[in-house]
Amino acid sequence: MELTRRNAILMGAGALVVAGLPMRASASVDDVIAQFTGGAEVGTGDITITAPEIAENGNTVPIEVSSGTAVEILVLATGNPTPNVATFKFGKLAASRAASTRIRLAGTQDVVAIAKLDDGTFVKASSTVKVTIGGCGG
Amino acid sequence: MASGVKPRVKVPKTAAAGDTITIKTLISHKMESGQRKDDDGNIIPRSIINRFTCDFNGENVVDIVLEAAISTNPYLEFEAIVPEAGEFKFTWYDDDGSIYETAKSIAIG
Repeated sequence: MELTRRNAILMGAGALVVAGLPMRASASVDDVIAQFTGGAEVGTGDITITAPEIAENGNTVPIEVSSGTAVEILVLATGNPTPNVATFKFGKLAASRAASTRIRLAGTQDVVAIAKLDDGTFVKASSTVKVTIGGCGG
Repeated sequence: MASGVKPRVKVPKTAAAGDTITIKTLISHKMESGQRKDDDGNIIPRSIINRFTCDFNGENVVDIVLEAAISTNPYLEFEAIVPEAGEFKFTWYDDDGSIYETAKSIAIG
């Protein structure tokens, strides 16, 4: 193929589409959420997720989840190759329904926390994190 | 794996009965995600800690499922109630079947 201006533009557009693909794995995110909630409606409310707005290094992004009455909190990174991050189950002696940890993020994306409350309902919160250097190798 | 895995836990030595304490845990582990490739382009197999539990005198405090998206040297922080003097038991479960355990006792005072 001759490298004309038209071809160059086409190739550039193609590369953009390919590069954009791995960041959109939302189908599996929905699957994971459905598996956790059993198809129940997910509302908003008693849950907070604390994450930095900008993370320079995607290998260690500190996050914190907390909720007043949660029995279980699921954390998802919607743009990672595998969206699951962690599931926190709180036992009888947990003083607060909160925990913090450090996670890996492949790129700029939403981090989602879904809590199962003690009355059986589900609530969700999300936070967008801008990632300068991705944390999944590659 | 099981090379150079060292759990570290921070628990106060004493607390008043019924008090809330903060527990911080860290375990050195490379948490290989299964996404990376080596120099020859072969995928490095996943090797992570997939579960962490903390119990106090047999009662559960937290039970956490960890996935590949948890950073190297997994760090976890949470809060616990201390109803009486006793021992916190921490357990990490590795993908390869290894179990790493450590315990910290706490006194009332």
